[in-house]
Amino acid sequence: MHSEADHVKKSIRTYMMIGAALFVFTAITVAVNQVHLAVPLAITVALIIAGTKGSMVAAVFMHLSQEKKWIYGALALTVVGFIILLFVPLFTVLDGIGTLSEPARAAAEQATRGGH
Amino acid sequence: MEIPYTVEERPDTGLANGKLGIWLFLASEVMLFGALFSTYIILRVGAAEWPHGELNVWLGMANTFILIGSSVTMVMAWASLKMNQWAKHRMYLILTFALAALFLVNKYFEYADHLRRGEGPWHSTFLAIYFTLTGLHGIHIVGGMIVMGYFIGPGAKLWKKNQEQFANRIEYTGLYWHFVDLVWIFLFPVLYLL
Repeated sequence: MHSEADHVKKSIRTYMMIGAALFVFTAITVAVNQVHLAVPLAITVALIIAGTKGSMVAAVFMHLSQEKKWIYGALALTVVGFIILLFVPLFTVLDGIGTLSEPARAAAEQATRGGH
Repeated sequence: MEIPYTVEERPDTGLANGKLGIWLFLASEVMLFGALFSTYIILRVGAAEWPHGELNVWLGMANTFILIGSSVTMVMAWASLKMNQWAKHRMYLILTFALAALFLVNKYFEYADHLRRGEGPWHSTFLAIYFTLTGLHGIHIVGGMIVMGYFIGPGAKLWKKNQEQFANRIEYTGLYWHFVDLVWIFLFPVLYLL
């Protein structure tokens, strides 16, 4: 117990530094948004920064960097499930990506007619 | 009947039951929010146009700072227990609760501003997914506050009976809270900036 208290005491500085880094990355995210990059680049940059912040929270605050195999196993299954959940619905509309959905097409046509 | 492995680790997993339990619960939460993020992607790629500038970026950024701050205070609440500093633990846990409440107050003003102008979930696809995602996230904040409120209030008695079990419960609360923060870390740029 004594050694665990010492270990936690040493981690306090890390928690504070990660907290500060999260603040800085948030400010960077908003600053980059003010630059008005092209949409694909803006999405990529935003997700990279969010991913970095998320990794810091998971690794340090949630102690994931020093967890047991069972947790990593559960999370590996979660990642697989998450990818399936994220991409399987997309597969149902993949052949239509880049073209408007029916309601969106109808709305766009109506807007065009309304403009003339 | 004593519930086993609330403090000592199971020989097969090397974990206390609560630790594995909370991570499995968080795994289910990843599925929940993952499905909604998937919905957002499908709605956005199928839309003729996607609105920008409808949300207050500065309020969103302030809320992000508030939630990150609450994550720091939450981990400090746990760390204080591990160092046997009860008063500091109480201070950090109450501070976490207060920051969560502040987040919800900001959210109230944000929602009220939209609804005053008739901009509810019915107004557009963007606002529908915005209210769904942030509303569900807000419900999770309330849930976390209820648990924190319990450990600030009647649940604090466990510290006198079994310090390690209480510390474990605070750790599991922290894991849930950091996950709520993590979801917002992705929600903020996706809804407010992109």
